[in-house]
Amino acid sequence: MSIELNKICFRTLQMDKPWTLATYEQADGYKALKHILQNKVPAQDIVEQLKLSSLRGRGGAGFPTGLKWSFISPSTPAPKYVVCNADEGEPGTFKDRDILRFNPHQLLEGIIIACYVVGATDAYIYIRGEFYEPIERVAKALEEARAAGYLGKNILGSGFDCQIHFHVGAGAYICGEETALLESLEGKQGKPRFKPPFPANFGLYGRPTTINNVETFASVPVILNNGGNWFLELGKPNNGGYKIFSVSGHVNKPGNYEIPLGTPFSQLLELAGGMRDGKKLKAVIPGGSSAPVIPGDMMMDMTMDYDCISKSGSMLGSGAVIVMDDSTCMVKVLLRNAEFYHEESCGQCTPCREGTGWLERVLHRIEHGHGTAKDLELLTDVAMKMSGRTICVLADSIALPVVSFMKYYRPEFEYHIEHKRCMVD
Amino acid sequence: MIEVEIDGKKFQVEPGKMIIEVADQADIRIPRFCYHKKLSIAANCRMCLVDVEKSGKPLPACATPVTDGMIVRTHSAKAIDAQKSVMEFLLINHPLDCPICDQGGECELQDISMGYGKDVSRYNEGKRSVKDKSLGSLIGTDMTRCILCTRCVRFTEEIAGVQELGTLGRGETSEIGTCVERSLVSELSGNIIDLCPVGALTSKPFRFRARAWEMEQMPTIAPHDCIGSNIYTHILRQRVLRVAPRENEAINETWLSDRDRFSYEALNDDERLLQPMIKENGEWQVVNWPTALKRVAERLQQVIREKGADKIGALLSPTATLEEAHLLQKLIRQLGSHNIDHRLQQMDFSAQHSMPLYPGLHMSLESFEGQDTIVLIGSHISREQPIGAHRVRTAALQGSAIFAINPVDYPFRFPMKGKQIVKPSAMPQALAEVIKALLDNGVAAPAVEVNKLVQNVKPSEFAVELAKQLKQESKKIIILGAIAQNHMHAGTITYLANIIAKMTHAHVGFLTPGANGAGAWIVGAVPHRGINMKHLSNPGLDVQQMLQAKLAAYVLLNVEPDLDCANPQLANKAMVAADFVVAITPFFSHKVAAYAEVLLPSTPFTETSGTYINAEGKWQRFNGVVPAQGEARPAWKILRVLGNLLDLEHFDYQSSEEIHDEVNRIVAENQPSHTHTLHTPTTIPPIIEGIERLTEWPIYRADNIVRRAPALQAAVINEIPVARMPVTLANRLQLSADSRVAIKQDDCEVILPVELCDDMPDNTVYIPAGFGLTSDLSASFGALSLQRSDTHHVE
Repeated sequence: MSIELNKICFRTLQMDKPWTLATYEQADGYKALKHILQNKVPAQDIVEQLKLSSLRGRGGAGFPTGLKWSFISPSTPAPKYVVCNADEGEPGTFKDRDILRFNPHQLLEGIIIACYVVGATDAYIYIRGEFYEPIERVAKALEEARAAGYLGKNILGSGFDCQIHFHVGAGAYICGEETALLESLEGKQGKPRFKPPFPANFGLYGRPTTINNVETFASVPVILNNGGNWFLELGKPNNGGYKIFSVSGHVNKPGNYEIPLGTPFSQLLELAGGMRDGKKLKAVIPGGSSAPVIPGDMMMDMTMDYDCISKSGSMLGSGAVIVMDDSTCMVKVLLRNAEFYHEESCGQCTPCREGTGWLERVLHRIEHGHGTAKDLELLTDVAMKMSGRTICVLADSIALPVVSFMKYYRPEFEYHIEHKRCMVD
Repeated sequence: MIEVEIDGKKFQVEPGKMIIEVADQADIRIPRFCYHKKLSIAANCRMCLVDVEKSGKPLPACATPVTDGMIVRTHSAKAIDAQKSVMEFLLINHPLDCPICDQGGECELQDISMGYGKDVSRYNEGKRSVKDKSLGSLIGTDMTRCILCTRCVRFTEEIAGVQELGTLGRGETSEIGTCVERSLVSELSGNIIDLCPVGALTSKPFRFRARAWEMEQMPTIAPHDCIGSNIYTHILRQRVLRVAPRENEAINETWLSDRDRFSYEALNDDERLLQPMIKENGEWQVVNWPTALKRVAERLQQVIREKGADKIGALLSPTATLEEAHLLQKLIRQLGSHNIDHRLQQMDFSAQHSMPLYPGLHMSLESFEGQDTIVLIGSHISREQPIGAHRVRTAALQGSAIFAINPVDYPFRFPMKGKQIVKPSAMPQALAEVIKALLDNGVAAPAVEVNKLVQNVKPSEFAVELAKQLKQESKKIIILGAIAQNHMHAGTITYLANIIAKMTHAHVGFLTPGANGAGAWIVGAVPHRGINMKHLSNPGLDVQQMLQAKLAAYVLLNVEPDLDCANPQLANKAMVAADFVVAITPFFSHKVAAYAEVLLPSTPFTETSGTYINAEGKWQRFNGVVPAQGEARPAWKILRVLGNLLDLEHFDYQSSEEIHDEVNRIVAENQPSHTHTLHTPTTIPPIIEGIERLTEWPIYRADNIVRRAPALQAAVINEIPVARMPVTLANRLQLSADSRVAIKQDDCEVILPVELCDDMPDNTVYIPAGFGLTSDLSASFGALSLQRSDTHHVE
């Protein structure tokens, strides 16, 4: 069975200069927005289509988008805001970057529609500071959209006003967490807020805020043009539509693949050109570095959708599929991950501030031949004590992987401790 | 009301409360570090995680609102496991140096670790260490011990109103620090010592002096301002080694000003006067009490005999207790004189007859919150009454509009709706403008003379705005601060403020220096009234008149005339010229010793029982917390025996309670007025054309105790004697920041360094009082001549 690739966010990828307004308009660009504004489509109807489509948040948590958009209505007192999380930082993930580079107008259209649905006149795009090319593309797209009247006062003569502001982040991973992002956008240190209240009640500047990922917004215009049901049927129940998977690691053709949710992993691996040098698949981290690892043979039986991956004890997350062959040292992989989360912890909550460093130091010892037999119990115990006890999930993002690595690859760690070297060397 | 269950007990509570609040009220202890009831919720330490039914994860009790039917377990296996794990995380990077940590024994981390910590650490890696920060003379740091609860950060931001501390860096390398490595400038900075749950922030003057468990804790009242903050003294071997706030929600809440917290150092000062002394042939001799008191009685009787009783005057400090003030006025009056005054900093007493029983707030501090408008007149409130300023700030944050008419654009830590910064001599004019603007707005004048008084006045924009605000039907208070009271036209300012209040139905309040200005007024430690506003047919002399008149004898109670009086030059001359000066004082002062004949060692507030009446009118009785040092005796006892020696009537008190009860009974029998009598001045005093002087008593020069507290003297916000002037004036006088200037007042000249500023009106020079260097000068306010001094250069 062959898969038709790139039907949603990457649908214009094959066209000439797909990031320009002219190209986008040729491809039914801003059609959904025009329809909504000309026909004064009730916000409720748009939300219904999204609910029907079963679109789920593409940033990692997979929260139903239609439900999220229903929290704030045009009658909610202003000011209120729409925020686009373009601070893509989950290791392994590079899908939003390509949407920003190649289809920025579809993102803008999605944001404007979101503003229409919740009755906001101002939206913010918080974009990752290292995204030099995407920043330029989005800035240019905003200029074009303003000039063409898709943004600003009285859009397309409808009386609807909407402005999109643009903010470049400074590179902190934690600012991808939505409430840390809001804090950062307000000019404060990027530290997650305690929830509840959630952004829908207390968001940017303390006002009701709808915040979504780039891919989520960019999916909306296509869903509205084709109907929620069309999108739902592209995928599988509760896992509507297409999703971009950023495949990296030991494959022949790493890259972004926009495929239907529910596609078998084996097919995705095939699309990515199969294992590099014909080596054996050892392990897969299916949803970005914060997702628990899944052994290769288990993975081969799974389909790429929220429910299936979740059932296996991991998560689909941002859709970053990190593929590892049998030359991979799992101790080193986990150490590298731990280093990252230690570095990126904001330091606010005790378990995360202290625990991430502890995990890294113990793993460092094991990797460098100084581990002891007790260390493995310690690792699991520390991880379990970090998990679920902090304001945001950064602690879980290393705690759960630690637990999964211990579950599936404990012998490799024991080998390291006993032989002071790696099993796969 | 909703029902929640905590540890099996059911509670009916208001919705919206957090679990920890409900538990605290019910005395169910939940361990915590970052939570503090007066600060915003951070939920970052995670120590208060509890087990909430239907929640998979343990939830922070500090940040989880109760819901109807919620079932909370604070000690279930799940809760304990969560709490213990947080404790382990907190301890891995915390130095286990309790034996050498000043917080040991009163450390929240130490206490809670006894319940939730392990004996052995599983952490075998290197520990974090953090460089210490320099936060000035009051707060010592040991930042390696910091657990990053951010209470101190939230305090400075939310309560002190200055963003002085912050979390720098992130993750494991986070540190608490100041943004550009400078000290804390808040008048309330010491509170972060109490807030810090570990030994990261400790009291610099106290640290390494004693262990918490060695000390005894005794309650008393702080003596330095009219708020009357409730304090605990911590005592070891009969010495006060530390002062901490004693919670009183109605007064100081859980806070304390640095002045009240660190002044105790002076109580053990080397300058404490410990034995009675008599000057014989110019030599001081230590004598016993009977000899000293006999000498005082004889000398006073001699003055009465030879020159008349009205040649005796008494000056007392507003930090004297109710009992001391009462006995002094009783003594002086029975001797036949009404010359008694405690208003040492004041120059103009023309409005004294229109005063109510005492100038105070006559309302609660708590009711600042809920005022729609607060107008500060001549008040550097943050330095005069730090806790009062905190109350104003709280009100401002809750929506009160704050206005000020001041001679300096003080950097207040609350948002201001409007301010008029004028030369001191223009303050009456500024008030007249407000009256005129009210009249223009159609508000009726309370008396016809008012129309006439302001007929030629042209309201400023500020006056129009303030009038508009005051005209509204709302709750408002006009507060007169020390500058208004000490002003050369204080009477006119008082009258005009009362006219504004009458026109707008506003409340007028005074915030007076010292802890017991109200008490001194009530007992009649003023020349024009007896106790409880008793009418006098022949009133005595006020402090200025007493000094002008060069009386034959002065009785000084807790007063250092050169540092406490509005006209120190005059005060010094009067004292030197007197036949007899007796100083009842806890401290030896060389200046006073030069003219006094008898020095009687009295006790400071910690060594006597007494009563302070704060600005609200609250009577706060306290007991001595330590025995009197040396031969020092409570001033009420000294005065009592002196009364006996002078054969005065009704001086047979056995305790200070009896004196208190006597005053209390007199006041209770006949409740006098708490409102001002309205009076219209005949003219508005003209604005001084040229240069004029502005004087304040700097926060740490306010009384004889704070002046001797070393840490306060070294504090960043302590002032030094300077001539502070706006750049415009300095330019005209060709002065720069490194110049010196000769200030001439009457027949004395003083050379002061110049300090430039941009927050004062032109032609105004601020010279602080309370310093030896400025005590040769005379009037605190009024025209001033100064010139560049080339003869004295800074080396």
